[in-house]
Amino acid sequence: MNSVFVYCEIEDGHVAEVSQELLTKGRSLADELNCKLEAIAIGHQLDEIGKQIIPYGVDTLYIADDKRLSPYQTLPHTSIVVNLFKEEQPQIALMGASSVGRDLGPRVSSALHSGLTADCTSLVIGDHFDKKQDKNYENLLYQIRPAFGGNIIATIINPDCRPQMATVREGVMKKEIRDPKYKGKEVKLDVAKYVSDTDFVVEIIERHVEKSKLNIKGAPIVVAGGYGMGSKENFNLLYELADVLGGEVGASRAAVDAGYTAHERQIGQTGVTVRPKLYIACGISGQIQHRAGMEESAQIIAINTDPEAPINAIADYVINGDVAEVIPKMIKYYKKNTK
Amino acid sequence: MKAYNIIVLAKQVPDTRNVGKDAMKADGTINRAVLPAIFNPEDLNALEQALRIKDKFPGSTVKILTMGPGRAADIIREGLFRGADGGILLTDRAFAGSDTLATSYALGQALKKMGNIDIIIAGRQAIDGDTAQVGPQVAEKLGMLQITYVEEVIELKDKKITVKRRLENGVETVRCPLPLVMTVNGTAPDCRARNAKRLMQYKHAKTVTELQKENEDYTHMYNDRPDLNIPEWTVNDIETDPSQLGLTGSPTKVKTVENVVLHAKDSKVISALDEEIETMMIELIESHTIG
Ligand SMILES: Cc1cc2nc3c(=O)[nH]c(=O)nc-3n(C[C@H](O)[C@H](O)[C@H](O)COP(=O)(O)OP(=O)(O)OC[C@H]3O[C@@H](n4cnc5c(N)ncnc54)[C@H](O)[C@@H]3O)c2cc1C
Ligand SMILES: Cc1cc2nc3c(=O)[nH]c(=O)nc-3n(C[C@H](O)[C@H](O)[C@H](O)COP(=O)(O)OP(=O)(O)OC[C@H]3O[C@@H](n4cnc5c(N)ncnc54)[C@H](O)[C@@H]3O)c2cc1C
Repeated sequence: MNSVFVYCEIEDGHVAEVSQELLTKGRSLADELNCKLEAIAIGHQLDEIGKQIIPYGVDTLYIADDKRLSPYQTLPHTSIVVNLFKEEQPQIALMGASSVGRDLGPRVSSALHSGLTADCTSLVIGDHFDKKQDKNYENLLYQIRPAFGGNIIATIINPDCRPQMATVREGVMKKEIRDPKYKGKEVKLDVAKYVSDTDFVVEIIERHVEKSKLNIKGAPIVVAGGYGMGSKENFNLLYELADVLGGEVGASRAAVDAGYTAHERQIGQTGVTVRPKLYIACGISGQIQHRAGMEESAQIIAINTDPEAPINAIADYVINGDVAEVIPKMIKYYKKNTK
Repeated sequence: MKAYNIIVLAKQVPDTRNVGKDAMKADGTINRAVLPAIFNPEDLNALEQALRIKDKFPGSTVKILTMGPGRAADIIREGLFRGADGGILLTDRAFAGSDTLATSYALGQALKKMGNIDIIIAGRQAIDGDTAQVGPQVAEKLGMLQITYVEEVIELKDKKITVKRRLENGVETVRCPLPLVMTVNGTAPDCRARNAKRLMQYKHAKTVTELQKENEDYTHMYNDRPDLNIPEWTVNDIETDPSQLGLTGSPTKVKTVENVVLHAKDSKVISALDEEIETMMIELIESHTIG
């Protein structure tokens, strides 16, 4: 049976979070399909990279190591992936819906004429009966994704072309090591066979990539503010509350757009997805794109002056009130009752 | 100084950002009729980048290519109002049901026919399909280089362009040769407004199909003013392999579509009164949710 394949993104010698999450998902799909999980790492100085990747249950890791392959560039990475996929013929290929994956994925899918489904929120194996052709397809990848600004959820399939390709955002899947001593093999690719010199036409003149110090995804409590916070100053109330509760501050896009806080705190369809124990939505209306990033939180508190705000429908506690009044009281009564 | 031939790829999309209560029908499906059809937001950022190059390099041309139903001629008119030199509407039932690959194939074949292109500028992403795949796929179809997430053109000199890219956690400045496809981010400058003079000049710009519905008294105007004719290309105007078009040419198929419906929880509704907030905090502490 053909393999499930994961493209591993590498920055500074580290495998990206999203790739680790996809390796975990890839492993469980491979188990279900009873096939191998394969992966590729493209970059420079990758001697130790196998230690980070194979424990996710990778049976074969292909490594393309060359000075010119780091940082990521479209054409050489595309050439390697396309040529390797032609040789290995995976049935499924997964990439991050990241700056890199969304640059690479469509290019690879076009070169191979295989469909690509963007931003999947769930990947499931299932069958499909095509009435027109009177044909049954077994073990297809159901690629489930929001579209139409998050107002609909579509299940996309790729009946005839291989690989079935999908991208997934960071934070959507959970990462989990299969076995720290997993036995997988490493295959070093002869890079010159996969790329041509004309692939290196882009000169990278300057590059600033910051590793986010924030860990909103891992926070047990997220205190998120929306446009209803009213100002950057009022956002300080959120930092205070997050601080006493031991959580992180998140935000809606409207709050980020208004300059109340940085984009890296944005939660939702175009931000991070979180599933904390407790999510406190302060002055957030709860539009679908925001809910997409937080509705799996174990408990939700909504603080809103509008009793009809959509967020209230998914909240465990609805506080009808002004954030400027409610948040200080929450701090006060938390302190009073935990002493 | 060199002049550049620039094509902007622009899509007409339903305004999915303002899906209000009336946008959902009683049966739970989307009521497209109440969603206005708009110029895809990031395609306006793309158009602005094109117009800036034209400002800097007189003699350059900016044309818009849009694929869609007849009413997508609005996109070309909107472009004309804001400073584009013209555009082409690619419209045919043969393109219906295209996924991003079939879309890119059709756009690519039209671009080949337009020919002699220095720069193709697309938006990063359309707000209905939400895939951000068409730009890179058009580039691949044409065998061109792609530079995604462009925020600013820093320098254009001879046959080389230097641009700043906005990545999810940083920025990158790259220099590369023309021709190429760029996709432009929403963080790039907004598009200039319509120009009042151009609005007067082009408000009667029409496609052949639109003209056929028009009062005949006007036909002389379109003969005298060729710039008012918006070219309309069907599948017969471009060279295509039918097996790569529309639904047949689309490897991905939509199996099912579900509307997102709010499932109401049993919530406790409280006010901002001190005792109610204190009770809630105590409940949360006792359930080990906090503390
Ligand atoms: C529910 C649903 C889910 C879908 N999911 C997928 C999927 O996962 N994978 C897939 O391959 N297809 C998918 N499709 C099909 C896809 O929406 C269409 O192919 C669409 O025409 C192009 O994709 P997009 O809207 O995502 O454009 P994007 O790729 O987001 O557009 C990027 C840029 O390309 C240019 N562009 C795009 N379309 C045109 C056009 N018609 N004319 C001119 N310029 C254009 C614009 O500059 C635009 O900013 C889906 C469709 C539906 C209804
Ligand atoms: C393609 C796409 C992707 C998107 N991605 C995201 C995303 O990732 N994340 C995201 O968040 N959004 C996203 N959005 C935007 C989303 O549609 C909404 O516009 C946004 O979430 C609204 O933010 P908000 O709730 O803070 O603002 P608003 O909708 O303006 O809501 C403000 C709320 O505050 C309340 N309020 C006002 N004053 C007070 C007060 N003093 N005390 C208490 N309550 C008060 C109001 O009643 C209201 O409910 C996306 C949109 C699109 C089209």
